[in-house]
Amino acid sequence: MDLLLQQLVNGLSLGGIYALIALGYTMVYGIIELINFAHGDVYTLGTFVSLAVLGLLGVTGVVTGPLLIATVVVTMLAAMIACGLAGVVIERLAYRRLRNAPRLAPLITAIGMSFILENVMQYWRGPSPVPFPDLMPNPDVHLGVVTIAAKQILVIVLAIAMMVLLRLFVYRTKLGKAMRATAQDREAAQLMGIDINTTIALTFLIGSALAGAAGFVSGVYYGSTWFFNGFSAGLKAFTAAVLGGIGNLAGAMLGGFLIGLIEALTTQLISDQWSNVVVFSVLVLVLIFRPSGLLGETLPAKV
Amino acid sequence: MARLSRLQPYLLFGVAIVLPLIASNGGFVNFLADAGAFVLLALGLNVVVGFAGLLDLGYAAFFAIGSYTFAMLASPQFDIHIPFWVMLFVASGVAAVFGILLGAPTLRLRGDYLAIVTLGFGEIVPQTFLNLSQWTGGPNGIGSLDQPSIFGYRFGFDALPYYYVILALIAISVLAANNLRASRLGRAWMAIREDELAAAHAGINTTTTKLAAFAIGASFSGLAGCVYASKLQLVSPDQFGFNVSVAVLSMLVLGGMGNIPGVILGSLVISSLDRFILPQATNILHGIGITFDLTNSRFLIYGAILVLTMLFRPEGLLPSRQRRSELHAHGDVAAAEQTLYNEAVP
Repeated sequence: MDLLLQQLVNGLSLGGIYALIALGYTMVYGIIELINFAHGDVYTLGTFVSLAVLGLLGVTGVVTGPLLIATVVVTMLAAMIACGLAGVVIERLAYRRLRNAPRLAPLITAIGMSFILENVMQYWRGPSPVPFPDLMPNPDVHLGVVTIAAKQILVIVLAIAMMVLLRLFVYRTKLGKAMRATAQDREAAQLMGIDINTTIALTFLIGSALAGAAGFVSGVYYGSTWFFNGFSAGLKAFTAAVLGGIGNLAGAMLGGFLIGLIEALTTQLISDQWSNVVVFSVLVLVLIFRPSGLLGETLPAKV
Repeated sequence: MARLSRLQPYLLFGVAIVLPLIASNGGFVNFLADAGAFVLLALGLNVVVGFAGLLDLGYAAFFAIGSYTFAMLASPQFDIHIPFWVMLFVASGVAAVFGILLGAPTLRLRGDYLAIVTLGFGEIVPQTFLNLSQWTGGPNGIGSLDQPSIFGYRFGFDALPYYYVILALIAISVLAANNLRASRLGRAWMAIREDELAAAHAGINTTTTKLAAFAIGASFSGLAGCVYASKLQLVSPDQFGFNVSVAVLSMLVLGGMGNIPGVILGSLVISSLDRFILPQATNILHGIGITFDLTNSRFLIYGAILVLTMLFRPEGLLPSRQRRSELHAHGDVAAAEQTLYNEAVP
């Protein structure tokens, strides 16, 4: 029972990372109905950029006090900016020209971009796992039988904070309104004077920046990464987005936490070898029985 | 001229028969046999992606199922030794059954969801073979598989007899795929690819039609898996990753989805890129003092092929006329319909 409670905490913090990635999938899918296959690799890019920035700052181990906050903020912002720009470039190069092509065409270029990114990161940091410095001091918080590490708190708090900011942006600002309008009906939005290209680029910018933030926290959380990391993390995050209801921001968050819990419980109850199998089975079952996800509304097929 | 183009396939087949005899270089024959196995895979995926328009990103799973079926039923693993020739049917049958098992619940999904589900399936299958180590040998896989024999002649480690088996399978597959394309089923696939809703309203049972594409595509892959495993004498879970599925997909995209000569060309180009051009180019770079291993750029190149082809020549190197007119939809729709009609009615 104690172990189970502990795994719930671990699952929630894992889920925070998936939730941050899932937000990007769900935003892009919501606006141009594309599974942005390269998104998982943008997330890995975030970890690598954070590593490079930490190298520049000369941080190799635990930092404390205000310096910790400064390091976290600077590194994460750098990763978010770099990934946001990468997302915009990917959209411009590989997806924009195919916006009116058959649906599978941009999906194929997305797979291509994913392979290109993976290979570039392999050149950059080599094919083996790269260690990530352990930034956080570890004043574990003991809550009864459960131990919560500082990095787990970081992940969960950060994921929730990002979600709140994103919701405020999407529902309270003019640009957010433009985004929602474009997602609903691109042509009508254009007729209302919304610049479609900019709005879609902005969606990629924000979604990819969130993946960059996820990349940074996953580096801190796992203590290492490698160029192929984004493949399975991306698939799990996509599963999270579908589980929550694709296109729905709160759904992506809920789905992310649920997938994290499912993964942690599988590891606990069966074995970690089967966690991928279980997550994909969840994806298949959700798509078959409730394709609109937990929080999504059923949309009529566009003809 | 028309007669010449009709003879072309036979001429090429003749060249393929004599090619390894002229070359008589073991490495080259080995390459030809492996490239042939990928031609088989590409022909199978072409039925699913090219004809029926269903993007299958986990195609290597059926390759794995074919290979493991052979490995479990024709090796010392369980001391079962079913002859290779029987296993060809069994492996393709088992792969087809798994194609139906995967397809039955998922084919109702929209195209991009289907792609992700097949991708998940492609991840689950090798992972399962890895995890079930008491039957599959886990990460080591299964080795010393049976060698085929025919009329008392036992295939050794020489690639030549395998090459001819693969060539024969390719010939059969090309004939089968070609006939399928012109058949009622093939025309139903194309109708679904173009507009599923319209096809359903025209009375096509879209579910069974799509299932047939999945099963037939999987059975080609099972064949390829069986012969590839027996040639390599080994199966292991790391041979069937996502990169294999994407490699086969790039063969299709590069050559021209839906067009059989294009698909064969695409797979030969990518196989030779993989085995000859990149290693050779790396050697040349070494010669001029640049130590950069281009063979590590394989995935960059597959990725670039996918992106650049889809952006600039979505119909591929050797498109069918019909596919070209569809993908340049801003062109003349009536002309596209005319070619559709011309191709469907020989």
